[in-house]
Amino acid sequence: MTKSIMIVGVGGQGTLLASRLLGNALLAQGLDVKISEVHGMSQRGGSVVTYVKYGESVDSPIIEEGEADIILSFEQLEAARWLPFLKTTGKMIVNTQCIDPMPVITGAATYPTGIIDSLVAAGANVVAVDALSLALEAGNPKAVNVALIGVMAKATDIPESVWLDTIRATVPEKFLDLNLKAFALGYNQ
Amino acid sequence: MAKLMLGNAAVALGLRDAGCRLVSSYPGTPSTEITENAVKYDSVYCEWAPNEKVALETAAGASLAGARAFAAQKHVGLNVAADPLYTMSYIGVNGGLVVAVADDPGMHSSQNEQDSRHHAEGSKIMMLEPSNSQECYDFTKLAFSLSEDFDTPVLLRLTTRVAHSTSLVESVDDGEVPLKDYVKNPQKNVMMPAMAKVRHVFVEERIQKQIAWAENCPINTIEWNSKKIGVIAAGITYQYAKEALGDQASYLKLGCVYPLPVELIKTFVASCDEVYVLEQLDPVIERHCKSLGLNVIGKEKFTMCGEYSQSMIKKVILGEETSNLSVDLTVPGRPPVLCAGCPHRGLFNALKEIDANIFVSGDIGCYTLGSLAPIGMIDTCICMGASVSSLHGRNKVRPEDAKRSVAVLGDSTFIHSGITGLINIAYNDTNSKVIVLDNSITGMTGHQQNPTTGKRINGDPATAVDLEALAKACGISRVLVVDPYDIPATKAAIAAELDVEAPSLIISRRPCALLKEVKHAPAFKVDAEACVGCKACMKIGCPAISIKDKKSVIDFTQCVGCGMCKPYCPVDAIKEGE
Repeated sequence: MTKSIMIVGVGGQGTLLASRLLGNALLAQGLDVKISEVHGMSQRGGSVVTYVKYGESVDSPIIEEGEADIILSFEQLEAARWLPFLKTTGKMIVNTQCIDPMPVITGAATYPTGIIDSLVAAGANVVAVDALSLALEAGNPKAVNVALIGVMAKATDIPESVWLDTIRATVPEKFLDLNLKAFALGYNQ
Repeated sequence: MAKLMLGNAAVALGLRDAGCRLVSSYPGTPSTEITENAVKYDSVYCEWAPNEKVALETAAGASLAGARAFAAQKHVGLNVAADPLYTMSYIGVNGGLVVAVADDPGMHSSQNEQDSRHHAEGSKIMMLEPSNSQECYDFTKLAFSLSEDFDTPVLLRLTTRVAHSTSLVESVDDGEVPLKDYVKNPQKNVMMPAMAKVRHVFVEERIQKQIAWAENCPINTIEWNSKKIGVIAAGITYQYAKEALGDQASYLKLGCVYPLPVELIKTFVASCDEVYVLEQLDPVIERHCKSLGLNVIGKEKFTMCGEYSQSMIKKVILGEETSNLSVDLTVPGRPPVLCAGCPHRGLFNALKEIDANIFVSGDIGCYTLGSLAPIGMIDTCICMGASVSSLHGRNKVRPEDAKRSVAVLGDSTFIHSGITGLINIAYNDTNSKVIVLDNSITGMTGHQQNPTTGKRINGDPATAVDLEALAKACGISRVLVVDPYDIPATKAAIAAELDVEAPSLIISRRPCALLKEVKHAPAFKVDAEACVGCKACMKIGCPAISIKDKKSVIDFTQCVGCGMCKPYCPVDAIKEGE
């Protein structure tokens, strides 16, 4: 059975590293893995999405509405945007950080309030986490991505040791301590 | 052991393992990472060329000299390279010549949605289309042997979802491929009418041989399941169909999308109750089937626009839909924006301060985003380099507006095809004002070096084009350099230049804020006590600035301390960070 995980956020938030870590951890489990993301224009502060699918054999690399087992959202508004992609039985992990999109900045639109409550009211299984605080606690706001991976790791059936080995193999030496600390803070939420 | 590889990275590994010696490309999403990955292999010489035509001609020269050679570009890049492509079809190859073209169905990062299979048909060049990273690798290697066997360049067609998806790849390095001898042969290599007439006959015969190959080749395969539904598909659409229909359908998967087989398709169609041709964009395979008198279903049930997907296929063919959750909120869109600290923002705001209605002839790059709110300064955007040449055309028919009209394009785009337009401005004399947004890098495609940056693809130092001297050599005597981070000074300098009755080249020079070597100042802060909530700082359209509780705030995770917002504050509430 193919499992589907989506990582969504805002261009520049480090979603690409998160998907690479996830892909490598799944590969270490001996599974077929496909990861799909779009590079280029949408990365410039736009809404970005990465699809990760794994199982015995994966065909399509993309995930569509109602297909994601887990959505890991780096930002609240993006969680609301991508909710329709969650399986009715899926899990939504949301970083509580808010980043205003340009239509909100210019006053053409308003940033909705009570997003987490609305997600719950829609029937989603929601885990909300303040990953920016975790990253700052680990020592650098850029470690938000690995803190969130830590939270998500708990929701997968991949052992913690595989995640730790994957981080060691993927992250450059000089950022390793920071990222291991951020992962642990997320994992032990 | 199998490795997880991006489709584009798998093409690059295929280049190395096929003994390719030379890669020359121009960056373009979604093709860029092929060349960026190929440069990691010592046995493959790689370069960024000034444009796709130069890249393909460079690869053609290496091929005729006896080496296996390669060029990559996005779909619109192949239009630029079409001139050498169509004639290399006649000449053929010496060492194998493979040309990758990456289409962008859905236009994730492109200005049109053209289907490059038409170029294969038009140039009569064989085209292969992989559907995952393993096939990206395998088809790249196969393309070189087909190129040499059939004496033809071979096109490798990728689409965004194949180029930018990661999946498992197993590889075998076939080792070095020796240079073939070079033998002077004008009958084959000099395309003038007498020789080309002979070569055209060869091309037509070659196509017939390739059709015979396509009937029974390892990459056009039938997978029999239920014969109630038959699917003919290629590339990523095959993967979508497999996921949607599983063993409820039989599949004819075409790895070679030009030329198409005849008997193989007839046999498949005859064996199934009903047959769908699933292909994104244009009905190329469908028309082929219908020209053979075959009854297949295609575009009458599927769209010509945008991408296909597994759920679309499931819905149309099986009538099944997936249920999902929906949230009771109005979710504002999040369009891409110029980054915090982007020097282009300074230039656009300086233009806006001069005159918000100034005509801006735009071009292809990050700065195309200057057309979106709140900047909203771009009037037109056609293709690479068109900002310069089309401004000249406008100024010929509306000379009275020339003092309120400019062209804007990046350093890489200017080198790609802006220079010839600038020469036309000087030669055919309009008072055109061309602004080069020189941010020391090719930005939108993810930071590639170019002939103005002083570095080559591998970071080695290189001769840099001197834009000031180049303009003068083209006959543009007025050259001005401004720093877009200093908006007041940029505004004053450009306003004065617009009033001059002569063509000018204005260089707006400041490196991209995302470059590694650019050191950022600490994030700026708004003194909440001093802020009067007038929103003057919002005019600049920086994604790091927003209004919270009627006061301006700067997001420290985004701000790079460029300081462009500071002069906009009438009460000096924006402070440098510590």
